Amino acid sequence: MSASLTGTPADVHTLSGVAAVTPRKNATIWSRFRKHKLALIGMIVLLTMGLIAIAAPLLAPHSPNAVSLANYREAPTSTYLLGTDAQGRDVLSRLMYAARISLSVGIVAVSLYVVIGTTLGGLAGYFGGWVDGIVMRIADMVLSFPSIIVIITIVSILGPSITNVMLVIGLLGWPPIARLVRGEFLTLRERDFVIASRATGARDRRIIFRHVLPNATTPVIVNATFGMAQAILLEAGLSFLGLGVQPPTASWGNMLNGAQSITTLEQMPWLWLPPGIAIVIAVLAINFVGDGFRDALDPRSHK
Amino acid sequence: MGRFLLRRLLVSIPVLLGITVAMYIIVNLAPGDPVTALMNPEQMANMGPDWVEQQRESLGLNDPLPVRYAKWLKETATGNLGYSFVDRLPVNEKIGERIWPTVKLMLTVLVIAVVVGIPLGIISALKQYSFIDYLLTILGFLTVSIPSFFLALMLIYVFSLKLDWLPTSGMYTVGQARSFTDSLTHMILPATVLGLAQAAPIIRYTRASLLETIKQDYVTVARAKGLAEAGVIVHALRNALIPIITIIALNIPQLLGGTVIIEQVFSWPGMGNLAIASVQGRDYNVLMGINLIAAIMILTSNLLADAIYALVDPRIKYA
Repeated sequence: MSASLTGTPADVHTLSGVAAVTPRKNATIWSRFRKHKLALIGMIVLLTMGLIAIAAPLLAPHSPNAVSLANYREAPTSTYLLGTDAQGRDVLSRLMYAARISLSVGIVAVSLYVVIGTTLGGLAGYFGGWVDGIVMRIADMVLSFPSIIVIITIVSILGPSITNVMLVIGLLGWPPIARLVRGEFLTLRERDFVIASRATGARDRRIIFRHVLPNATTPVIVNATFGMAQAILLEAGLSFLGLGVQPPTASWGNMLNGAQSITTLEQMPWLWLPPGIAIVIAVLAINFVGDGFRDALDPRSHK
Repeated sequence: MGRFLLRRLLVSIPVLLGITVAMYIIVNLAPGDPVTALMNPEQMANMGPDWVEQQRESLGLNDPLPVRYAKWLKETATGNLGYSFVDRLPVNEKIGERIWPTVKLMLTVLVIAVVVGIPLGIISALKQYSFIDYLLTILGFLTVSIPSFFLALMLIYVFSLKLDWLPTSGMYTVGQARSFTDSLTHMILPATVLGLAQAAPIIRYTRASLLETIKQDYVTVARAKGLAEAGVIVHALRNALIPIITIIALNIPQLLGGTVIIEQVFSWPGMGNLAIASVQGRDYNVLMGINLIAAIMILTSNLLADAIYALVDPRIKYA
């Protein structure tokens, strides 16, 4: 995700030695990642879910929004493998389409705060002084926000929608990334290779993109992976409360919304069990992948 | 020590003010008008725009934003959070009766999390890389990966609807004399859901901290002097548990957030439940009040984490 941040025009003049190191480094990371069995399983599960989400229009047995009042709340049958909901829509098809929404909320929201966090953290770390002071005080403030309460307040004001959920998570999630990136900048600023680069007349931009940011990507990737799991859980919670993705668009969270009624909960488990299980599998897979990244990318944690 | 805490306290004040300014702006950007949102449209048509204008004036909604914020802040500083736009009750009163149920739930959750988390963390560390260690690690991943409301629904399904052991919602049985057992049975499900999520980080950090401490020289010395293994562990534990106190305090904001959804699922009459009702009714004053109380709770728990840490660990220098 943050690869796009490092791939700038400044990279055109790459030293051949540096270019040769990269594939070998990647190979080491991959071989370490592969040893983490759960992370590997998580990665496979996640890719499968992603493929199902992308291919939903081809795979779904029915249209996710086709209302059929003749077969509403029908228990699973051979036509409707996971039954139908209160409007007679096919639960399995909705589940597949919901994967698109829920996974993309995770990706977009986290990408948004990685960009904001990297930019602000980079500015704070590189320039220091009052820029640093202001950015970090704002970060402290955002971190002390009573997050869920603030999020439901903002979402209700902006109007509940998928865009607003992504936006709110994105705008409130950046402080940890900013802190990480700032920390990297502060330590790297004084390192020999950065000083050497500056001595050879490299500009700020080149130093930032060529030397400092690539070093900050490791903690950012790990943090962003766990953040994606968090974002999916948050979207599910908001949609469950009716403050997130709005029907008829299906998201895993709003498919669970109906289970707030005791009748649905008790007599129609096919309506709420599948989306709940889908969330658990997706989030668990992402957390395992994040754990794998942490082990593979951080040599210190690798014993 | 006193100076360190005072300085931390002084740093918290501008942060708190900043939060209130940000929240005030956000809440006031809302498109809905609390006056029109309140009224029956037919009745409003009869009353005419003049009446609506009069109501706006009397609620102070026509002043410019900074003026309204200054008024709000002044009143808040004197302990008056204003009145609900919906039922005209004082916000203090509305929130006041909701704080205790939320705090009671949070305290029970913390007790469950500590009672479950610390022993399991110790077992995990003592049996590092054993089956139980792996099992606890995986269960830890599972508890942080399962949406709290989904776990709640499953537990209600099993324990309330199928087995009929526990009530599905509320804090007491309506129409029955309040008894300890009654409130306990209502507490079990919501507190368990939140308690499991809170126990997971405690298990992980207790394990890591104990493994780290056991490697210290003084533990080796204790062992070399012939102290029994159980004694060695107790010796190490005293220091190993210090960082856990901080982890517990630092997780309080997350716990507070968790109560919002869980209170809704279990119709628990706490602040989170009130927050969602206020969001639906566009009750700005109540929302501001809840945000303020929640922000104070978060800043206090951060301060508490610093204070306890500084108090129990003499290695911390409080400049």
